[in-house]
Amino acid sequence: MLPLLRHARYVLSENPITGLAFGLFALFLIAGIFGPALAPYNPLQSNSAMALKPPSTAHWFGTDQLGRDIFSRVLVATRLDLSIAFASVILAFLLGALSGVAAGYFGGWTDRVVGRLADTIMAFPLFVLAMGIVAALGNKVINIVIATAIINFPLYARVARAEANVRREAGFIEAARLSGNGEARVVLGHVLPNIMPIMMVQMSLTMGYAILNAAGLSFIGLGVRPPDAEWGIMVAEGANFIQSGEWWIALFPGAALMLAVFCFNLLGDGLRDIIDPRKRT
Amino acid sequence: MLKLLLSRLVTAIPSIIGVVIVTFMLTRLLPGDPAAYFAGLAASPQAIAEIRAKLGLDKSLPEQFVAYIGDLLTGNLGSSLSTGQPVATEIATRLPASAELTLVALILAVGIAIPLGVLAAVKQGTWIDHLCRIVTTAGVSLPVFFTGLLFAYVFYYVLQIAPAPSGRLDVFLSPPSDITGFYLIDSLLTGNLETFWGALKQLALPAISMAIFSLAPLARMTRGSMLAVLGSDFIRTARASGLAPRTVVFAYAFRNAVLPVITTLGMVFSFLLGANVLVETVFAWPGIGLYAVNALITSDYAPVQGFVLTMAVLYVALNLLIDFVYGLVDPRVRLDS
Repeated sequence: MLPLLRHARYVLSENPITGLAFGLFALFLIAGIFGPALAPYNPLQSNSAMALKPPSTAHWFGTDQLGRDIFSRVLVATRLDLSIAFASVILAFLLGALSGVAAGYFGGWTDRVVGRLADTIMAFPLFVLAMGIVAALGNKVINIVIATAIINFPLYARVARAEANVRREAGFIEAARLSGNGEARVVLGHVLPNIMPIMMVQMSLTMGYAILNAAGLSFIGLGVRPPDAEWGIMVAEGANFIQSGEWWIALFPGAALMLAVFCFNLLGDGLRDIIDPRKRT
Repeated sequence: MLKLLLSRLVTAIPSIIGVVIVTFMLTRLLPGDPAAYFAGLAASPQAIAEIRAKLGLDKSLPEQFVAYIGDLLTGNLGSSLSTGQPVATEIATRLPASAELTLVALILAVGIAIPLGVLAAVKQGTWIDHLCRIVTTAGVSLPVFFTGLLFAYVFYYVLQIAPAPSGRLDVFLSPPSDITGFYLIDSLLTGNLETFWGALKQLALPAISMAIFSLAPLARMTRGSMLAVLGSDFIRTARASGLAPRTVVFAYAFRNAVLPVITTLGMVFSFLLGANVLVETVFAWPGIGLYAVNALITSDYAPVQGFVLTMAVLYVALNLLIDFVYGLVDPRVRLDS
């Protein structure tokens, strides 16, 4: 643990931006957990007297067409956006890591089936496939999670397969097998934990993409429904007012979205530097 | 050469089969009953059953699949529920708008990303390298619909140098006669400079938004691959032999470094085709993405399915093209095949 910390400190001093990303991440976590408690106004409370007011001291981010406080809505939306992204990344990890490890370890038909499945998904432009899946499964938030997990699945499966394949002949795996562990136990107890660091990097790298994808889907009207606060749908609502100059309705949720994706992308790069110095760019 | 082309074509067949199966499955997952939807709210059960039989929904899944394949082979993608128009014709008439936008965005992205990546690698650690890192990280972090809206606000509302974000051409200009379907090319062919200028102005903001989003992987890959090649022995030899730095970078290093960049184009197209939908929504661009989004809003499923299938087939074809170009650029691949 100590050398890892020292290495982390070295990476942070080499690249202070990663430190910034960790700070941002903490901020988003706080907003996600305590957002509803911290919000100065009720995010769903409309007030027609205060509609379309620009940012002021009372309403930091201004108000939208129904007079709702945009700052509160952006803050509260953090939880929904991050939950969708976390849930889809975890789901993609579970599906991808398990099938990928099995494919890499066992080879044979398992490998062919998983490989074919991943190839088929990758044959689609990913956002388009996600649109089709949500449209088919129904317009619900849970289906955004499923669609985002499915389009991320091949990335996890491929990395897990390659890493497991390298390790199947390794000494510690052979030792585990020789001491009488069943195949399932070897895969789950020895191969999988060993590739976890790489999978963690993969997860943080795909988090940003998952947030973008989910927000994109809700921007075109899939998944999250008004009046729920979510960054993508808030930008979509603000889009109607851009041409008449009410910029704040779209700008603040869009900026929050951008910052979150930016944070996770930097975090992913930073984590990769810590775990795998060779891939540093 | 022909052998290379054929061997690449064969690899695309499983992808196409997979794509067709998945798009077929997507309709069958549809929770609602399309027949009931088609018949309307006041329909009797008998009317619904009739429509179900007409749509072929009363048959078994394998039978339906065979019927679906038959429809596809005759170019029939079904009809839109809300307009009654056949989906295939609607998509065909809208495809040039999307293709023009996507191609201009691609050209922009390549034109910016590759010089930026090469410069960042040659001048590693300087300000241009940092600029490259910032541009690539910011580029993938910017939601494309948000960039588009920001551009529309700044350039249309504040600066008033861009036209309103509403379609391919100003209402006062008439579209050029239909030769290729690309307004830029058609207006030039007919010598209509006013239309060309109008179309270019409409195209600029959406194309730039898409280019910013998709140039990141290209710039990153160009930089990484140039760095790897510049560090290799044959470059050291070339330098030691006293070749001009320009020759070393462009004739020796770039030629080798471009190979992984071509592979990255596959991912770039995946980004572009997805971003296409969002950008078309923001700029009211009359392409297939906007068509699909409008259909989604009215739960009109045939256009969405047709759209997903068209995009996937296009994407497989583009990947095929990339593979083929790769074979042309890299003689080793040609020798292997």
